[in-house]
Amino acid sequence: MTGIEIVNLNKRWATFDAVKDVNFTVEPGTLTVLLGPSGCGKSTTLRLIAGLDTVTSGTIRIGGRDVTDAPPARRDLAMVFQSYALFPHLSVEENIVFGLKVRRVPADERRRRLNRAVEILGLGPYLGRKPSQLSGGQQQRVALGRAIVAEAPICLMDEPLSNLDAQLRHDMRREIRNIQRALGMTMVYVTHDQIEAMSLADQVILMKAGHIEQKATPEELYLKPATTFAARFIGTPPMNLVGLADGAGGAVVKGTAARMFEGRGEGLLMGLRPEQIRVGEEGMLPVIVRNVEYHGADSILECEAGEENITVRVDGVRPIAVGSRLSLSWEPEAMHVFDRESGFVQPVR
Amino acid sequence: MYRIRTAVTPWLLLLPAAVLLAAFTHFPAVMTFISSTFQTPRGKRPAKFVGMDHYASMLSDPVFVAALKNNAIYALGTVPASIALAMLMAVIVNSAIKGKALLRMSFFLPTVLPMIAVANMWLFFYTPGYGLIDQFLGLFGFHGRNWLGDPETALGSLMVLAVWKEAGFFMIFYLAALQQISPSLGEAAALEGAGRWYFFRRVTFPLLMPTTLFVMINAFINSFRLIDHVIVMTRGGPDNASTLLLYYVYNVAFRYWDTAYASAITVVILIVLALLAFIQFGILDRKVHYK
Repeated sequence: MTGIEIVNLNKRWATFDAVKDVNFTVEPGTLTVLLGPSGCGKSTTLRLIAGLDTVTSGTIRIGGRDVTDAPPARRDLAMVFQSYALFPHLSVEENIVFGLKVRRVPADERRRRLNRAVEILGLGPYLGRKPSQLSGGQQQRVALGRAIVAEAPICLMDEPLSNLDAQLRHDMRREIRNIQRALGMTMVYVTHDQIEAMSLADQVILMKAGHIEQKATPEELYLKPATTFAARFIGTPPMNLVGLADGAGGAVVKGTAARMFEGRGEGLLMGLRPEQIRVGEEGMLPVIVRNVEYHGADSILECEAGEENITVRVDGVRPIAVGSRLSLSWEPEAMHVFDRESGFVQPVR
Repeated sequence: MYRIRTAVTPWLLLLPAAVLLAAFTHFPAVMTFISSTFQTPRGKRPAKFVGMDHYASMLSDPVFVAALKNNAIYALGTVPASIALAMLMAVIVNSAIKGKALLRMSFFLPTVLPMIAVANMWLFFYTPGYGLIDQFLGLFGFHGRNWLGDPETALGSLMVLAVWKEAGFFMIFYLAALQQISPSLGEAAALEGAGRWYFFRRVTFPLLMPTTLFVMINAFINSFRLIDHVIVMTRGGPDNASTLLLYYVYNVAFRYWDTAYASAITVVILIVLALLAFIQFGILDRKVHYK
């Protein structure tokens, strides 16, 4: 099996650094998600791995082999495009075997691979159709089929599900994960959807403005965000970042006297996930409820503590009136402290 | 009342276009056909019905036969050449090369120039002895040649000019079509290792087919329709070596004043063009992929 190593990768357009000093390793047979908002350099990184754009500096190794300057076809990889890149004038079958014909794979071998892909993807009834006669989900399957028949050890996916509706997206996500595991592919998957990233990945690489903000497993990314950006990007609703100030005997929430921990508070932010906060009569931080939003399985409370606002997620419907006074509490490990300036996580004293 | 008005409204909206079409296209076409079955009236002698006589005499008219043959050569030579050239130029100016805007402009320039001006320019190119072409060939030791005055080369010389003039115009259509093709198709093919030629043959060319069909029909019509350069450069000569059908129609109608016979030839041109269009649609339309 084949892994990928990215070392000090840089891509500079005329006036703008699209990718800055990016380093990561994709272990063989695992799925790495490049996650980030649009313009963060995740798609550019993927295109550099594919060889569709040229590297400004840095090294790309696939299976231990330096492919930094190799043409795309010599990198042992398949790619699924956001637009699917299906040839509109060719039938489903011809689309799937297009690459095999280019590579002069013998006809019986072509047939074997086609049959296998068609079986995996359930495309049997559509082989003779043109892409325009297929639904979005079926077109997506054809694009996957093309990646499967290539039998390349590495598969790159550039936002493959962004053109599908929510239900289909969920189904295809599961299917992609199953195919990746079943075929033992090494996969790099680009998305801006945190749920896709969390549910698919063995490793998430969170990017922002061309650099890596954090690389971690989905669990780690959720439980131990390294920066305020990572903290806000993962989770719905996102993590609360509460401004702290110096108070009597330690750090306090701005505008209150509630002591959070010993030491300095000025210039720090306290991170709390809305779902990790408990609501009660007694607690660590007294608040006033300003708004209640009912979502079905849970409710979102907007609370005010001094100068700061805190979002809390509670299960089901709670008879909590707007304007009532409550107290919030949480486990010690639910509290994260970040430097306000740099955004980096700080050890809690 | 309301229902009557709704039934009339669409016809009223169509009326201006219908009047123009009828007055300047359908009525003249029918009149041309009718007058082709009569003798040309002269002086006091009224037009006499002669049926298909004009059509029969065409076959024994050596100038008509020569013009028909010339036009066939002209069309079969210029249409494929200008289409191939147009496609090539479009692919070049659609790629990421330096000076793209300048190239596009220079390829398109011949289209902007009036045919009369272009013909006069090429008249100088073809001038025997000191024309541009002879001067250039002279560098390699070729003797001067009277390109437009020699029956062997007169028609060919006009064809070169026509290809040069038409290709730039067709290039615009191909360029528009090429820009409709998603760049990710090229990238997907590059990942599989498809070379440029393979990609052009298997993907670009088939996706350009709707444009090719459109351009081809227009090119054939143009090859029968545009004769300005014949008038400027050769007047059909020498010895009718470069006479095209429409130029012959013009001569018959307005120099010999045999308008009835000219009408008959015009009807033949129309029938030929209609047949060509039907054949092209019939053969190619099944193979063309429309989005």
